[in-house]
Amino acid sequence: MEALIASLIGLLTACGVYLLLRGRTFPVVLGLTFLSYAVNLFLFAMGRLTVGRPPVIGTGLPGYTDPVPQALVLTAIVIGFAMTAFVIMLALKARSELGNDHVDGEEGG
Amino acid sequence: MSLCLAALTPFLGAPLVAYLAPRGRAHAAWAAGGVALLAFLQMLPASMAAISGATRIERLDWIPQAGLNLAFRLDGLGLLFAGLILGIGLLVILYARYYLSERDSLGRLYAYLLLFMGAMLGVVLSENLIQLLIFWELTSLSSFLLIGYWKEREEARNGARMALAVTGAGGLALLGGILLLGEITGSYDLSVILASGDLIRGHELYRPALVLILLGAFAKSAQFPFHFWLPHAMAAPTPVSAYLHSATMVKAGVFLLARLFPALSGTHDWSMLVGGIGTLTLLIGAITALFKHDLKGLLAYSTISHLGLITTLFGIGTPLAAVAGVFHIINHAIFKAGLFMAAGIIDHETGSRDMRRINGLWKFMPYTATLAMVAAAAMAGVPLFNGFLSKEMFFAEAAGMATQMRYGWLLPLAVTVAGIFAVAYSLRFVHDVFFNGEPIDLPRTPHEPPQWMKAPVEVLVALCLLVGILPALTVEPILALAAGAVLQGPLPRHDLAIWHGFSPALWMSVIALAGGVLLYARRKPLFALHERFEGVLDARRVYNLLLDGLFAFAHGLTRRLDTGSLQRMIALFVGSALILGASGWQATDSPLTGPRALLPVDGVSLAAALAMALTAITALALHRRRFVALVLMGAVGLVVSLIFVKFSAPDLALTQLSVEVVTVILLLLALYFLPQTTPAEPQAARRIRDGVLAGLAGLGVGALAWAVLTRQSPGRPEIALAPSGGVSDVLSEAGAQLSRPYDSIADYFLENSVPGGGGRNVVNVILVDFRGFDTLGEITVLALAGFAIYAMLEKPRLGGRGCDEVGRSWDGDMHPAIMASLTRLLLPLALLVSAFILLRGHNLPGGGFIAGLVTAVALIMQYLANGVAWTHERLPANLHPVIGAGLALATLTGLASLAFGHPFLTSTFGHVHWPLVGDFELASAMAFDLGVYLVVVGATLLILIHLGMMHDASHGPDACPVPETLRVKEDGRWKP
Repeated sequence: MEALIASLIGLLTACGVYLLLRGRTFPVVLGLTFLSYAVNLFLFAMGRLTVGRPPVIGTGLPGYTDPVPQALVLTAIVIGFAMTAFVIMLALKARSELGNDHVDGEEGG
Repeated sequence: MSLCLAALTPFLGAPLVAYLAPRGRAHAAWAAGGVALLAFLQMLPASMAAISGATRIERLDWIPQAGLNLAFRLDGLGLLFAGLILGIGLLVILYARYYLSERDSLGRLYAYLLLFMGAMLGVVLSENLIQLLIFWELTSLSSFLLIGYWKEREEARNGARMALAVTGAGGLALLGGILLLGEITGSYDLSVILASGDLIRGHELYRPALVLILLGAFAKSAQFPFHFWLPHAMAAPTPVSAYLHSATMVKAGVFLLARLFPALSGTHDWSMLVGGIGTLTLLIGAITALFKHDLKGLLAYSTISHLGLITTLFGIGTPLAAVAGVFHIINHAIFKAGLFMAAGIIDHETGSRDMRRINGLWKFMPYTATLAMVAAAAMAGVPLFNGFLSKEMFFAEAAGMATQMRYGWLLPLAVTVAGIFAVAYSLRFVHDVFFNGEPIDLPRTPHEPPQWMKAPVEVLVALCLLVGILPALTVEPILALAAGAVLQGPLPRHDLAIWHGFSPALWMSVIALAGGVLLYARRKPLFALHERFEGVLDARRVYNLLLDGLFAFAHGLTRRLDTGSLQRMIALFVGSALILGASGWQATDSPLTGPRALLPVDGVSLAAALAMALTAITALALHRRRFVALVLMGAVGLVVSLIFVKFSAPDLALTQLSVEVVTVILLLLALYFLPQTTPAEPQAARRIRDGVLAGLAGLGVGALAWAVLTRQSPGRPEIALAPSGGVSDVLSEAGAQLSRPYDSIADYFLENSVPGGGGRNVVNVILVDFRGFDTLGEITVLALAGFAIYAMLEKPRLGGRGCDEVGRSWDGDMHPAIMASLTRLLLPLALLVSAFILLRGHNLPGGGFIAGLVTAVALIMQYLANGVAWTHERLPANLHPVIGAGLALATLTGLASLAFGHPFLTSTFGHVHWPLVGDFELASAMAFDLGVYLVVVGATLLILIHLGMMHDASHGPDACPVPETLRVKEDGRWKP
């Protein structure tokens, strides 16, 4: 199972980085989203993978998974949304000001 | 406390003076003088102790964990300097009141002067060397402001920058030297360092420490080859020159030499470096001074020369030489401040500083001329004036060195030559300005200045005479006190008399005086010679060369790294991250795969993983078709939330799910205004490069994840494998595997969640209670992002199109009836669900973040299904108050705990009995969570609705000019 998750994290990172390197704003935003999936999963995995032990006290289960990465990732997801929104608005603004959607503000490349 | 307060008073007073300045020049001057007096009064109690010979040390805890405290020290040397700083400071404040013209802001000058005064007091009163360095740098900064006071003048700006660059670089070297001293002695306290001179001198780090400290001191005290900044700093207003460039700041370097004299002096290195550089500076300064036509330029080079003299004395290193050094510090401060002020009066009255034009001023201002002549005589070292006494002590010490070492005779020779030039330039200052014919083409007709402008000069000149004639009665007690503090031991026998018999020093004085007069009388050929070689040897050229080189290098590097292309920067960034990661990988020999037992793979997980991989790869392959890629990305996000479900993270799964919905809606809304497809990229090489970078990044991150996942979490029982018992075995095994033992903080949160936070959902308790401050910061970021986006959308010129690229309209029916009705029906239910999620969040998966997102989605659905106009009639359109209320609620919850005497954001909880529902726990953190909820709802809606409103602006039934062919083809499906 660990190999599966590690591969998925790697794959999502690769997708994210490749799209991040594109020249148009929209693919870059998609790339950022892919990258934040990967990063969130990576951070989450730092607490190790545990099946069926949610960190809710009193469930009667023996032991709990690590709650700290979860708390980190929860806010990261929400902030990630805010940042995605900010970047896409920047992209819209850039297109309306510059007349194109290239990340460098001018066609080409 | 009194010393600390004394050093801080000018800092506190500076803004006050700047504030009072607009009420009038007198107000500003009185306020500034009052601040200086106040600092003086605060020093008085400690001064009494210092006068009796005791060293007073005050300590305040600063960063005790790092062994740093604020420590102030007052002994004889500190007292002498504090007296000079405050005394001459007061005179300068009075003088500046009359010097500065009505156009210039007096308040600004006073504020800067007070800042400088505080910094300088801090330097001389510091016991801790790190603290001394901080004040030292503050003097550099405040002097930058003072030199650049006339900021509209280019020479002022350049001079200020040069002074800051040179003294700032020296400060950096000094920091290194101080750190080495701390390394050697184990303490930054002067008391310790001064007492461990033998340890320091015997240490292998002595030489680097000495060189670094001397670099700092020499840069500050304008010693060769760093002296060039001082003449350029003459662009400052003259009161500043009188204060900084004669009495105080340039003395900070020699102060440091005096302060560290017991710790560093007495070695061959010290004598060679300090004595050598000092003598060289003495000569260069004295010779150059004679040829300067600028009144202040002459004084600046004379100051350099005198600073070299003091440095030489400390370099000679005998106790008597140190006494003479301290004595000359006093004398030079007095006569040079007076001379600068006199030069300022001349400048003020004539409008020029060029000695080729200023002549024969005796007729116009005989009184000022007399004052200037007395001070100049002291500068030349004429008997009965204070400069003579210390200069003769200097001559005696130099003559004493003649037999001490090889080439020792060079020193008295150099000193005598410098003495000749000193007499010559002093003579020039007097003769060229006050006699020597008539003034040539002066902008103003000079006359005597106002009485109070002369008063500070009168005080200083009176001191010159008093010290010069009655040294034993006036200066001796102060000198003994200060020199005793420098030596940290018994004072050598010294005799402050005018007549010492026919000693070598007397003959040197006579030669200097006679030679100086002769030199000045025959100056014409020398001036001609100097003009021919003017500017050949100029340290400023080296400085400019270095500076230009540095700028060119920085520009070149920036230009080569940053071509303005984001793609290039990201590629460089990813590449560097890969290189750094790979080098870290190289450095370790531990295996990639750890020993932790792995979880078995089940069929469902495998299928989900394959689906995700396939979707992601498809999204990548089809990324140029943006809509398709977006939908596929949403699908990947859903599998991510499934992963969270699988691995015991229900909160994360809920968050991811709801965020996924709003993200996709957001990107869909945005895509409307952007091209629907990405044009193909012509360069295959770039695609391959990016593919390689992305592949390597993916491999690296995947391998890193794998390496962590196959290792045991430190300090945590392996719960998945040890469902009951055997925990201790696992723990000890885990402990044995640790290369770096540390305990996970997870167990703390798990144990304290219920007793400390009153909630059973540990993730939520961490968010709203244990780490509530972080969350407060995070919702603030969210709110700011929302507002920023709102601001960006204020003037929309987006211009989306009503149809896709083939010409099909986006929607046949703007608001499908069934969907509209259903969402209206579902709204109460959705809101109920979100309220439920919010309320249970403390104990079960849920909470403010998730509930906020669910509410936002429920409301967004109304906008999507019914349109913005319809929804706005029923919902408040202004979301700013919602965000504000959320932030206020969260903050107030935190502040409430302050009211009960607990730290910010301390939570409380208790059991409440609710009729019919039963017992349940109510925590103050729930109010905080409600704040989180409101911010999330407000920010999310604000972003989405305002983007949606752009649509309505470009969206109409006739927005899509559908081609005739399509219209016919799709006629049956919709009505145009």
